[in-house]
Amino acid sequence: MSLTTGALNSADTQATGPDAAAEPGLRRVEVDSHTINFGPQHPAAHGVLRLILEMKGEVVERADPHIGLLHRGTEKLIEYKTYVQAMPYFDRLDYVSPMCMEHVFALAQERLLGIQAPLRAQYIRVLFAEITRILNHLLNITTYALDCGAITPPLWGFEQREILLEFYEQVSGSHYHANYFRPGGVHRDLPAGMPERIRAWANGFPKFIDDLDGLLTHNRIFKQRTVDIGVMTAEQAMEWGFSGPCLRASGMAWDLRRQQPYDVYDRMEFEIPVGRHGDCYDRYLVRMAEMRESLKIIHQCLDQMPEGPVRVQDNKITPPKRGEMKRSMESLIHHFKLYTEGFHIPAGETYTAVEAPKGEFGVYLVANGTNRPHRCKIRAPGFAHLQAMEVLSKGHMLADAVAVIGSLDIVFGEIDR
Amino acid sequence: MASCSCKRRSAGPGRFSVAELSPNLSPDLTALGEQVAAAMPPGAVLEAFVVRGAELTIRIRRDAVLPVMAVLRTDPRFAFEQCMDLCGVDWPERAERFDVVWNLLSLTHNHRIRVVTTTDAENPVPSVTAIWPTAGWFEREAWDMYGIAFEGNVDLRRLLTDYGFQGHPLRKDFPLTGHVEVRYDPERREVVYEPVKLQQDFRNFDFLSPWEGMTTLPGDEKVHLNRIAPPPASLLEKPEAENQP
Repeated sequence: MSLTTGALNSADTQATGPDAAAEPGLRRVEVDSHTINFGPQHPAAHGVLRLILEMKGEVVERADPHIGLLHRGTEKLIEYKTYVQAMPYFDRLDYVSPMCMEHVFALAQERLLGIQAPLRAQYIRVLFAEITRILNHLLNITTYALDCGAITPPLWGFEQREILLEFYEQVSGSHYHANYFRPGGVHRDLPAGMPERIRAWANGFPKFIDDLDGLLTHNRIFKQRTVDIGVMTAEQAMEWGFSGPCLRASGMAWDLRRQQPYDVYDRMEFEIPVGRHGDCYDRYLVRMAEMRESLKIIHQCLDQMPEGPVRVQDNKITPPKRGEMKRSMESLIHHFKLYTEGFHIPAGETYTAVEAPKGEFGVYLVANGTNRPHRCKIRAPGFAHLQAMEVLSKGHMLADAVAVIGSLDIVFGEIDR
Repeated sequence: MASCSCKRRSAGPGRFSVAELSPNLSPDLTALGEQVAAAMPPGAVLEAFVVRGAELTIRIRRDAVLPVMAVLRTDPRFAFEQCMDLCGVDWPERAERFDVVWNLLSLTHNHRIRVVTTTDAENPVPSVTAIWPTAGWFEREAWDMYGIAFEGNVDLRRLLTDYGFQGHPLRKDFPLTGHVEVRYDPERREVVYEPVKLQQDFRNFDFLSPWEGMTTLPGDEKVHLNRIAPPPASLLEKPEAENQP
């Protein structure tokens, strides 16, 4: 942090000058109003947030986030790529929950194509979407605790994350940027023994949540830093475009998995945790409760998952099997065509949204009948959340601004795109 | 092989793919579209239609944005409390080249609507920040990316691009490589901006197969005139675009 200017207090002194003269018994202390440059290189800025904070003493008067330091032009790049090539860009948006990003793009393409993934693929996608949710919440809660001064939670949480990332690796071959979900299903079936390994982990995970709970939930220091900080009422949350845990913490029981279910979420039984106060502490509590709900969904997926194909059998959209390619000329042509030309999507437009761990993640996809999208607008939940930074932190202390940023679950991959 | 139809133009529902589309939603949405059109000032809504039985879209006149949005937000039948997304779309071949698209969500009724209007680089679109404050950044982004001005947005600065950036990068006529590149100059000890120098020519692969990409070969027009389908409707100019001021 650097102190840039201290010249903003002149208006203040003039305005309050006569009042001070009217009350002779009071001693007036001049508090310097100044501007602080928070970030872009600051560990609590969760990436590359540059926050211009106008301070009055230690109180935040105005907060102006400058974003775009991680702007890579994803939307422009996608316009120049075929649909097949565009998929990996989604992993790199919200890079702590990659598969949920893939999910929305796969669903949007499926909608425009008018196809539906086979049942097993839908279960696999829901299973991994929930694993991703736990991945995301683990990172958010634990680094949030780090922002508030606790160093143990991230050390514990990242161990669990590593186990989950190994599941990623086992199905997709990649730790982070999985590129696993595809329009019409998933890239490949679960490897042998995978459901058992996931279940073994899922059976042991509640113990970890309890431990984390014990570290944080009734921790006096943590509560002092988060309770009644950054309060958002339900009305405010709606008009500022909040979604996901941030909206639910304000008391709205709104979850796209329940309200507008996609894939097999309509078969799942789970609760929607809701907060009451809309402060940082409630946002934390909602995320903690959501991890337990995700665990329920994971168990149900493993129980109910049927056997069967994991992608539509139409080789115009999904590649043929490797073995077939060695024997059949048609399969070879299909494979070649799919990975050079890709597939064509009929002209049309869709706004498809999923309940990503951070909130409503939407994609507005305009297809023009060729193999490339005409427009692919990515609606990131963090974009709307960060915009409310000024409303949330106004009147709070500087240290509380850090708590507010942490509680919003900001990831710059998706905000800057 | 009878099933080898590599020439199919688009990968629509095929042999083994399961046809989806939720028909149970469409009657509601059609009725909602009619209600919305009826509730607006006359002439404001140019058309209302339901895409693929699942997504309600209305096209409105640009000068009617504010009254239409106010009704959509306040009327208890619609109650669109949230403006989830706002973006521009560039159609350079049109007279008014930009579409401005709002995607609204009602938490009360659990429905969505897409509102579309058109504009060009000169004519500003009324800002909806007074109705949904969250639109502020989305409008700044549309301004930054497309150069669409929003009248009434008090803070219409650039949002995502660099400080001092020139141009509007998501326009179709803006090159993918951009115009300037930056590097750290150790001698001057600062970041310097230079015109883009590419080590090899920019390659924009056109993977459309010649059989499908080229619908009429030179000289074939007369033969194909009756057989070839016209270009997609989205590429043709919409007649209502000319009626707008």
